[in-house]
Amino acid sequence: MSILEVNHLSVSFKQYTTGLKQIDHKVISSLNVTLEAGEILAVVGASGSGKSILAHAIVGILPSNASIGGVMTYKGEELTPERQKALRGKEIALVPQSVNFLDPLMKVGRQVRTAVRAGDAIEAQRAVFERLRLGREVERMYPFQLSGGMARRTLLSTAMVSGAKVIIADEPTPGLDPVVMKEALDHFREFANQGCAVLLITHDIESALQIADKIAVFYAGTTVEIARVEDFAGQGEALRHPYSKALWRALPQNGFTPIPGSQPHSSALPPGCLFAPRCGMATPECLQAQPDMRELRDGMVRCIHAT
Amino acid sequence: MQLKANKIGFRYENGPWLFRGVNASIEPGEVVGITGPSGRGKTTLCRILASYESPLEGEVTLNGAPLPKKGYHPVQMVLQHPEKAVNARWKMHRILNEGYHPDEEMLDLLGIKQEWLTRWPHELSGGELQRFCVARALGPDTRFLIADEMTTMLDAITQAQIWQAVTEIAQKRKMGIIVVTHESKLMQRLCHRVIEI
Repeated sequence: MSILEVNHLSVSFKQYTTGLKQIDHKVISSLNVTLEAGEILAVVGASGSGKSILAHAIVGILPSNASIGGVMTYKGEELTPERQKALRGKEIALVPQSVNFLDPLMKVGRQVRTAVRAGDAIEAQRAVFERLRLGREVERMYPFQLSGGMARRTLLSTAMVSGAKVIIADEPTPGLDPVVMKEALDHFREFANQGCAVLLITHDIESALQIADKIAVFYAGTTVEIARVEDFAGQGEALRHPYSKALWRALPQNGFTPIPGSQPHSSALPPGCLFAPRCGMATPECLQAQPDMRELRDGMVRCIHAT
Repeated sequence: MQLKANKIGFRYENGPWLFRGVNASIEPGEVVGITGPSGRGKTTLCRILASYESPLEGEVTLNGAPLPKKGYHPVQMVLQHPEKAVNARWKMHRILNEGYHPDEEMLDLLGIKQEWLTRWPHELSGGELQRFCVARALGPDTRFLIADEMTTMLDAITQAQIWQAVTEIAQKRKMGIIVVTHESKLMQRLCHRVIEI
């Protein structure tokens, strides 16, 4: 059984424009992901594609102007707001993306200790700091005294000591040097091997490929493809969706050639396939309706032309 | 027009020396990478080169003379988190035009859409915001650009788009670029040489 299931999730934000006029921004639409115990699912995609929103929706910390549709289940039972509140930090832990999530007025050692659920908090915090190569002096520092990479490791430590069953890591790696990065990724792998599950949100495809079991590609608030790690190879021939192929080919090691244009804004989504305006394969049919996810070559794709 | 760091050293207050005796130089049109473990002072070194901080030892020179204290700074910096580098209470056109007025060509090259200009920063994604931060750093008097993890938070397509535009402008103007990144593949792709600190 899947440990965490997200079915037909949609998230929209109500915003005031002028005066009392309100508009709804649909930032996530018909999104499905499932997380299996013992597995790392990496979510890759453009910034602004709704990756962080998904993370915040799962732990239930979206702002009050958000409205949520669809169903999420944890261990087969629906994740209600009450259940989310009870589980977060205990069974489901979030590694937030922004280093602004640290309490600016608390020494970082103490912040990490507050997340420890069992055993000696100080010992647990020191062990995890040592593992991530944070010196003993760091525990007495305030967040403003840390470098970007050190702050990132502090956030990681908090989730690592929590003993959670599901870790949702939102961009945990930017700014880390290769040694620490490997340490952090190895930890996620070990964690999954112990039967827990990791949702790794990242735009760093390379590090995702090192440890993940499956890759979900996001575009404009929905999944366009679920691929196997092996599919990311060569010129991306084995990939299913044209956006995944474009993303792969834009990597510095694979040509560094970008496709033009940018992801549509949530207030101006195209009527049919969300990628159609930038797609070389697009036909009039693509503009009719958003394609459904379908199975293809041992993966999933949301494109009517994919073969 | 050479940008040069002579034996510079820096520490915060009475803390340990972050680095001492660092020498570095960059020529016009050159792309130089800076790499090293996190917390070693890469960002601080960049901030010194762009005059956000003064070195406690040594000096930074441009063409043999100290960096100018007034007027448009010839060394401009683009940071990792664009949302922290813009005024949240200004609309984008005001942010864009604060230092100089980028022309249509610049906006096209960086893929900045007209409709973004009337938005607030929070209504744009990180990749969209970063395009503005790059545009406003590329004034006509910019001689050196420091890209401190400039595209670290962006997806591969946006990263390639921004770097394509920046390198094109740099070649045309013979502008030097300092690249700070942990991504070795990006470093290899962009840089003529790499300094390790």
